[in-house]
Amino acid sequence: MITSRWTQSLLFVLLAILVALLFTSAVLLMAGASPVAAYWYILKGAFGSWTKIADVAVAWVPLLLATSGLLMTFAAGLWNIGIEGQIVLGAIFTTWVLRVLQHSTLSPAVILFLAIAAGAIGGALWATLAGVLKVYGGVNEIFGGLGLDFVAVALILWLIFGPWKRPGIGSMSGTEPFPQQLWLPTLGQSRLSLWALLLGLVSIGMVYFLLSGTYFGLKLKAVGKNPRAAYLLGIPTTRYLMSAFLLSGLFAGLAGAVQVTAVYHRLIPAISSGYGWLGLMVSMLINFQPAWAAPVTLFFAALNIGSIQLPIVLKLDSSLSGVLQGALVLSFLLMSGVRQRWAHRHPQEAEHE
Amino acid sequence: MSSHDLLIGLAGVLFAAAPVVFATIGETLTERAGVINLSVNGTILLAAMSSFAVAVSTQSIVLGFAMGMLIGAAVALLVAYSSIALKQSQVAVGFVLTLMARDLAYFLGNPYMGRQGPRVQHLPIPVLSKIPVVGPLFFNHDLLTYFSFVLIGLAWWWVFRTRPGLTLQAIGERPAAAYARGAAVNKLRYLYTALGGALVGLAGPTYSLSVKAGWKGTISGLDGIGWIALALTIFGGWDPVRGAAGAYLFALLQWLGLVLQPYLPNVPSQVLQVAPFPLMILTLLLVNIGNAEWVERTLAGLPPDARRAISKVLRWMQVVPPASLGVPFEEE
Amino acid sequence: MEIQLRHIHKTFGPVHANDDITLTIPSGAIQGLLGENGAGKSTLMKVLSGYFHPDAGEILLDGQPVTIHSPADALRLGIGMLHQDPLDFPPMKVLDNFMVGYPKGLGLPRAEARQALLDLAAQFGFSLDPDAYVGSLTVGERQQLEIVRLLWLGAKALIFDEPTTGISAQQKEKLFAALRRLAAEGKTVIFVTHKLEEVEMLCDRVAVLRAGRLVGEAFPPYDLDQLVRMMFGKAVSKGERVNTALGKPVLEIKNLAVEDVRVRIQGVDLTVREGEVIGLAGMEGSGQRHLLRACAGLVRPVDGEIWIDGHNLTGKSYHEFMRRGVAYVPAARLEEGLVPTLTLLEHMILAGEQKGLIIDRQAALQRTHERIQTFSIRGRPHSPIESLSGGNQQRALLALLRPGLRLLLMEHPTRGLDMESAIWVWDTLKRRCREERTAIFFMSSDLEEILHYSDRILVFFSGQVSEPIPAQETDVEHLGQLIGGRGFQPVQEATP
Repeated sequence: MITSRWTQSLLFVLLAILVALLFTSAVLLMAGASPVAAYWYILKGAFGSWTKIADVAVAWVPLLLATSGLLMTFAAGLWNIGIEGQIVLGAIFTTWVLRVLQHSTLSPAVILFLAIAAGAIGGALWATLAGVLKVYGGVNEIFGGLGLDFVAVALILWLIFGPWKRPGIGSMSGTEPFPQQLWLPTLGQSRLSLWALLLGLVSIGMVYFLLSGTYFGLKLKAVGKNPRAAYLLGIPTTRYLMSAFLLSGLFAGLAGAVQVTAVYHRLIPAISSGYGWLGLMVSMLINFQPAWAAPVTLFFAALNIGSIQLPIVLKLDSSLSGVLQGALVLSFLLMSGVRQRWAHRHPQEAEHE
Repeated sequence: MSSHDLLIGLAGVLFAAAPVVFATIGETLTERAGVINLSVNGTILLAAMSSFAVAVSTQSIVLGFAMGMLIGAAVALLVAYSSIALKQSQVAVGFVLTLMARDLAYFLGNPYMGRQGPRVQHLPIPVLSKIPVVGPLFFNHDLLTYFSFVLIGLAWWWVFRTRPGLTLQAIGERPAAAYARGAAVNKLRYLYTALGGALVGLAGPTYSLSVKAGWKGTISGLDGIGWIALALTIFGGWDPVRGAAGAYLFALLQWLGLVLQPYLPNVPSQVLQVAPFPLMILTLLLVNIGNAEWVERTLAGLPPDARRAISKVLRWMQVVPPASLGVPFEEE
Repeated sequence: MEIQLRHIHKTFGPVHANDDITLTIPSGAIQGLLGENGAGKSTLMKVLSGYFHPDAGEILLDGQPVTIHSPADALRLGIGMLHQDPLDFPPMKVLDNFMVGYPKGLGLPRAEARQALLDLAAQFGFSLDPDAYVGSLTVGERQQLEIVRLLWLGAKALIFDEPTTGISAQQKEKLFAALRRLAAEGKTVIFVTHKLEEVEMLCDRVAVLRAGRLVGEAFPPYDLDQLVRMMFGKAVSKGERVNTALGKPVLEIKNLAVEDVRVRIQGVDLTVREGEVIGLAGMEGSGQRHLLRACAGLVRPVDGEIWIDGHNLTGKSYHEFMRRGVAYVPAARLEEGLVPTLTLLEHMILAGEQKGLIIDRQAALQRTHERIQTFSIRGRPHSPIESLSGGNQQRALLALLRPGLRLLLMEHPTRGLDMESAIWVWDTLKRRCREERTAIFFMSSDLEEILHYSDRILVFFSGQVSEPIPAQETDVEHLGQLIGGRGFQPVQEATP
């Protein structure tokens, strides 16, 4: 049998996608909707016009940043569920600096730079907190991070309805928008900022480089796979675990900063838009390989944007994108299990790999 | 607050804690068998929505509950299958499922948002409910609350006092040794994951047909409870009674949040609602810190008396998970 | 119960672990099963006790053919196995542990089980406290618990897999007495070992396995030379003792005390010199590992001082010790020593010198190829480390050690290795002592290894440490007695 490894992988990927689509179609039929129509509208909603394509790119950036961060923590064997909170804290710190400096005499470029840097620091601080709980307190990072997520949400709500509320009455629509000169410049009429896009692409490039070409990345992976052995090999494990949290929070904080400076121009309660969770899904789907992060995050961003108009055109909830994304990840996980099992049962054929 | 109000309030705490008790005990049984089912949060939402939908469509509460438990068991079995048969990470699969089940609940539940549905009947127990204090506190609820009381004792008795319970402990602790003694490790793991999942699923309809009757989509206020249940499982040290005590503590805190609201006008209600989460972190910190390496190192530097006293306190608080939690087992 | 094994075959991938083995084991006698590591003894016994299904062959019990699908099946048929590392539940109490696997009923037969436990234990002269935690028992006591448990469940044939590893001399005597008693009562007793003297001391008959085949059977009085030839195919010797000239002190331990929840050792004074090898003997859990770890900075001593090359490193971390030329090699290779999923090459990069930020893969690849050659590792630079065999993993671990080490601390340097690999490992280690003046401090449960390679020996017995004993002034018997606490003279009495 001369099935090459590549055809086999391709076959497996196609099969996984097929299973996910079948499942989602069944869900759509249960909801009384036509799957074909739903997929068509998602496609149209994502790529139907230049504005929509730009919107996809707008959603791509924070997702790419969050995924970049998560790949660092995953390399160290950590489930940084606290990423949502880290995005929120990034947004809060950015807003804070913008509020303090918006009436100063500094040039807008400087203020924006400082605000975005502050966002990165905010995310990193929140991540460090989860890191301290994990590394020094023995609190599993999933629960520590999750708790901090909820605390971050409470914090942002308190700020929006309390100290930072709009003149008059605080509302879910967020804080007062910043003056236009403090918005990251966007491309033409669209909401897409090339600066933000650049930031996202540079970030994932950096993560790829760090993890595949540097001593730091290799040591991080060693710590992730076997902390005890890594320690005996002379790697300061605590420091590496903390660095992973810190870097992850840094990227997450940048995502929050971008949401404030380039997308919403103010602080809103749902500022993280669930990109942290989505980044976790992407990371699992790409089996934590940075090389695949850019295309897959783009695809997921397209699904998110594409499903926005489902409630209007088909009276369907936009959470369909989440169902489809979840189905894809689950189907990939299960199929790779099936594949390993198959390889195990047919060792001769698998030997061609 | 009058003592009457206090009594009503505390009875309300016992009532509101029932679903958390179900989920915590369900997860405790699953984890005792050595499987981590991380899908609890999504499962509760999906079960709550589906059982409400079924109950609305069929006007049958019983079918609604059956649906909730079925969904819980099905999701849990998927976790078990992908881990035991397909060798995939339990954490990854559970996590995807928790997110996907949540989105499924919101998507499929859309048409049922805000609809009126049946609810579980209030059922004071004759005679007993008339006893002062104890009566209104324990015997003036619906069947689910009574079942939650019974379940705590039942689960404890099963795990610690029966032969199958001893086997359950064994397969989570050292599956190879349990297998050597005749336990069908993986079959039992499927069984307890499904059973635990069904109990987690039971929490869903307990909300949507009783404690917080109805389905309100993203504002149902159920998102996050599953995570609390998972944390309580750890807090309880995989002991059903201690876990349930945690569930009551959680419900008590939520109630206090409501009671204190009028006295803290400047604090938005959303802030008080998250109060249990920092507390969750704190309790996890207390029960885990004894396992941290730096603590051991620091202790070694202290004078003997202080060292022994502190490590005694730490060991008292400390919880130790089943040794093979999350570790797959292969026969042969 | 008479056990007949007929034409048993079992392969694992390319390895023919059991190759057409036919053996009849009578009841009422102690049947020895002798062979070196990897000879197929354990596989054969696991086939008999239901862990493995043979590829071919049949098993007859008292002349009746049976099929055994699982350990539970085996036990129902009356066959029970005691594993080298007792398969029990350390966090449970003895009584609970005793009842796990009781085949019927909903409730726990507590009273009945307690009585049975005490009765059976008394018959064999074991003292087992039903309410103690299994984790607090010694390996020997845990074996005793397994014996009475299997008897309670009706075992008629008992298999003992290398039961004397890690137990004290006294417990060994008790164990042998129990085995003789079982045989006298008409049970079938199978004793798996690689130690000739135990066969000589205990077995009524012995079957010798080599490379998966049954080489032959022997009866007392045994011709030991013949047994050795059967085991190895040729005579193998560890070679002459090599004595290395000693240099200046490397490690100085001053009045050291370390403790954990279970054991406390104190008052240890010792100076280890360049090129010297110190062996730590004692049953598992007597504190050797703790002392070893303290000397690496992995455990913080509660009292006393540790000096390396004239620097006081007490309370410093392992990485500080590393900087002073100390290295620690754990016994659990894949758990503590190596990083599964990373390749041999990546391990070399991690352990090697690191300049700058970016990995120089070319140089690393070259170095890896060299080390693979020097250490004759069967594997390629891009092989994931867990795909190597145990022996090759141990070679890889040694290949990772930097040159010019001052002090090398090792747990069980040759555990799980075949004879030739073990000899090779020690050749390499001794060369380090000679050429690089490295001092070696190691623990082992193999007394012959300790005797043959150490210059001086420390014996541990329940938290007490002996004076250093020059290896040439002692022998296996003497050490065995000391480990069991007989004639033990600790450095000093425990001070209040």
